[in-house]
Amino acid sequence: MSTSELSCQELVELVTDYFEDVLTPDDRARFERHLSLCPGCATYVGQFRETIALTGALREGDVAPAAREELLAQFRDWKRDDA
Amino acid sequence: MTVAASQDDALVAALRAGVEQAFAQLVDTYGAGMRRFALSIVRNPAVADDVVQDAWLGVLRGLARFEGRASLKTWIFRIVANTAKTRAERESRSLPFASFESEAAENEPSVDPSRFRHPQFPGGWTRFPEPWEKLEAAEMRGVIAAAIEQLAPAQRLVISLRDVEGWPPEEVCNVLELSESNQRVLLHRARSKVRAALERHFERT
Repeated sequence: MSTSELSCQELVELVTDYFEDVLTPDDRARFERHLSLCPGCATYVGQFRETIALTGALREGDVAPAAREELLAQFRDWKRDDA
Repeated sequence: MTVAASQDDALVAALRAGVEQAFAQLVDTYGAGMRRFALSIVRNPAVADDVVQDAWLGVLRGLARFEGRASLKTWIFRIVANTAKTRAERESRSLPFASFESEAAENEPSVDPSRFRHPQFPGGWTRFPEPWEKLEAAEMRGVIAAAIEQLAPAQRLVISLRDVEGWPPEEVCNVLELSESNQRVLLHRARSKVRAALERHFERT
């Protein structure tokens, strides 16, 4: 990447790299400088963060008790066969 | 040895000794995640149930050979992935793994390029993203779930593991045998599309 400043269009491509901390120190500084000066990108990055947090709320579902019992029975069979 | 690795060792020893409680612990820890993982690979509940059941058999059969080179979790989820692959090959169906490379190589912008045709500042927003109102959580989850369903297969799988399940990047790469950079590209595409779906939803309401 060049030493010039990031445009908004470039910044939106780097958000995951920024969150994962894989940008070079120079790119990181450029990213943060742009963010401190550009309300549009600050909103965008905030929305990106919010999207990730909301996506984390989708997880649900435990093993149904019937399936659990079946698996435990399978384990007992396996142990017996093994012995 | 790390704490996690020594816990794995203790659990594996108990499983090999046939301690049922150890197996119950394994089922309670990973069972639901295995089912969701299988479902996001094969996308059919009945097939996912079969895959998980076969994977558990694979786990029991493989315990004697588990060497702790990968974590127990990684090892178990790889068995799920391989079980799904074997089954898909038999039925000549394709799985998300087939499109890791091609999806990562596609050049898709994170935001519609027409949003950046600013007359004075090249690459600047023509209009800033609007701050989001607070919506009911259930409604937002619905929009996100629908957006994830629409994603290309590899992107869907990666965002499900990273952001829904909360796996760290190394684990996703190890289980899916995916490079770190491709993992990040797929994740970024997926997140960008989910954000865009939320934005469209907010602009409509």
